[in-house]
Amino acid sequence: MNARTLAFCPLRPQVKNYLQLNLSLLYWILIAPFTGQFFKIAPIFRQMVFIGVRAAPMVALTAFSVGVTLAMQAAHSLQSLGAEMYIPDLVMITLLREMGPVLIAVIVIGRSGSAVAAELGTMKVSEEIEALEVMAINPVQYLVVPRFIAMLVMLPALTIFGNYIGILGGWAVCRFALNFNTAGYVLRALESADTWDLYSGMIKSAVFAWIIITIACNAGLNVEGGAEGVGQATTGSVVQALLAMLVMNAVLTGIFFFSA
Amino acid sequence: MNANGETLIEVGHLVRRFGDRAVLDDISFNVHRGETLVIMGGSGCGKSTLLRHMIGSMKPTSGTVKLFGKEITAMKEREIERVRLRFGMLFQSGALLASLTVGENIALPLLQHTDKSGDEIEEIVKQKLQMVGLTGFEDLKPGEISGGMKKRVGLARALALDPELLFSDEPTSGLDPIMTAVVDQLTLNLTKGSHMTAVVVSHDMTSAFRIATRMIMLGHGSIVAQGTPDEIRNSPNPEVQQFIHGQPDGPIPLNVSQEEHKDHQHVRPRPFLGARFRFHHKHP
Ligand SMILES: Nc1ncnc2c1ncn2[C@@H]1O[C@H](COP(=O)(O)OP(=O)(O)OP(=O)(O)O)[C@@H](O)[C@H]1O
Ligand SMILES: [Mg+2]
Repeated sequence: MNARTLAFCPLRPQVKNYLQLNLSLLYWILIAPFTGQFFKIAPIFRQMVFIGVRAAPMVALTAFSVGVTLAMQAAHSLQSLGAEMYIPDLVMITLLREMGPVLIAVIVIGRSGSAVAAELGTMKVSEEIEALEVMAINPVQYLVVPRFIAMLVMLPALTIFGNYIGILGGWAVCRFALNFNTAGYVLRALESADTWDLYSGMIKSAVFAWIIITIACNAGLNVEGGAEGVGQATTGSVVQALLAMLVMNAVLTGIFFFSA
Repeated sequence: MNANGETLIEVGHLVRRFGDRAVLDDISFNVHRGETLVIMGGSGCGKSTLLRHMIGSMKPTSGTVKLFGKEITAMKEREIERVRLRFGMLFQSGALLASLTVGENIALPLLQHTDKSGDEIEEIVKQKLQMVGLTGFEDLKPGEISGGMKKRVGLARALALDPELLFSDEPTSGLDPIMTAVVDQLTLNLTKGSHMTAVVVSHDMTSAFRIATRMIMLGHGSIVAQGTPDEIRNSPNPEVQQFIHGQPDGPIPLNVSQEEHKDHQHVRPRPFLGARFRFHHKHP
């Protein structure tokens, strides 16, 4: 983006803040450690629990129901062709490539992204961010870096976890409704997917993690106008993160599966 | 004024507008090492805003602020951090981190900026809490303590790195008279004993005259009066006299309407409000 397109963008200050946040994040993660300013591990773990572990039950529930639904849908279409044996393939590939990363990102946006935006926003309006700066503590280093790293680790981890549960959901349908045997389901599922399906899903969820956490932190750190402002920023961050994530998903799917 | 001390703070022709309202309008003063400067003035006259400019968290519309001889208004974040390590700041709201306990709040600057061991830091936290009369409150969250206690924890945190310069925004508001005296005594001990310099915003006249070596009174965006406590006490300026004696009638306008508030003029009350006031006078 050159200066002119920036000047015409209605969200210009926000875009500028967002780019600045990304730059200083990169500085604190890639450059600062070489100047002796390491990041601390404890806050990263605390955020991993908060962002990731606490979202696991919700992820499990959603992934299971998606696995069940996928298998039933597939059964409905494939049975008429006499091709039920492909149900595991369909469940597996849809989960790994598309549904897994996207659905779990949606849950994490709604649960953890909004929480981060609201938390940082509350800190902003109660002068805590300003107090940090005055104590010569950089808010990006102290607040954003641990959340960023935690998200970058936990979203792909949750995605893998969700994929397993989803496949379990598919298995439940095949085993109990369609009388597949378990070994057959597992074998088919494993055969159908290649590692690239897994990797592409992981790359997607890492990119989504970046988008979600930077949008949430940016919204929180730039809140103005009291409790109302916090509410607006939180809602805004959820909407923006969802849109950005879905657009990015389409782009990545295009790159991964249609460019070759 | 303290002529032999070096100048720690120089504020020159500071102007700050919000929209087209000049909250600070051409303010200049210096603070020398070892002084305790008290900034007074009516609520909403810009005292906290002035402090924010002095600590570099707001940028002036025009004018200069020098801390320790260095111009801070044009500094990059990285440079200003080095200056900030040399002073402490108590915010009007306390501004404690709500997610940390009282003890962790005070330990925060020590953890971030020193290589002290856990035990040493714990010791310092205990000592600072004792200084503000809050021994044993380490493990409570800011949400679990009172407003006055938050203030004192904020003060303890501001003092954690033993700064040579302390800014404090209404350190004694919300405190009982005894605690006020304790905090004033603490400020006096630090400035007299440890040669700290302090800039204190205060509404509380007893406390202000107890600690000040010099006073500034702000009003309608500029400095109404400044001088030693004695000079202020004996000031012929009626606004100063009204303020330090807390009289309701006098030259300081009641900022009852937005419009008056906007241009800080001695505007007559709007007819409606005038009528209401008369009504009250007639039928008490
Ligand atoms: N961020 C801001 N945006 C717009 N106006 C502001 C902002 N901050 C302060 N003001 C205005 O500046 C004026 C001075 O505010 P300030 O907080 O400095 O007052 P104060 O002297 O500290 O008052 P008090 O004694 O009540 O704390 C107020 O009229 C306020 O409306
Ligand atoms: Mg104030």
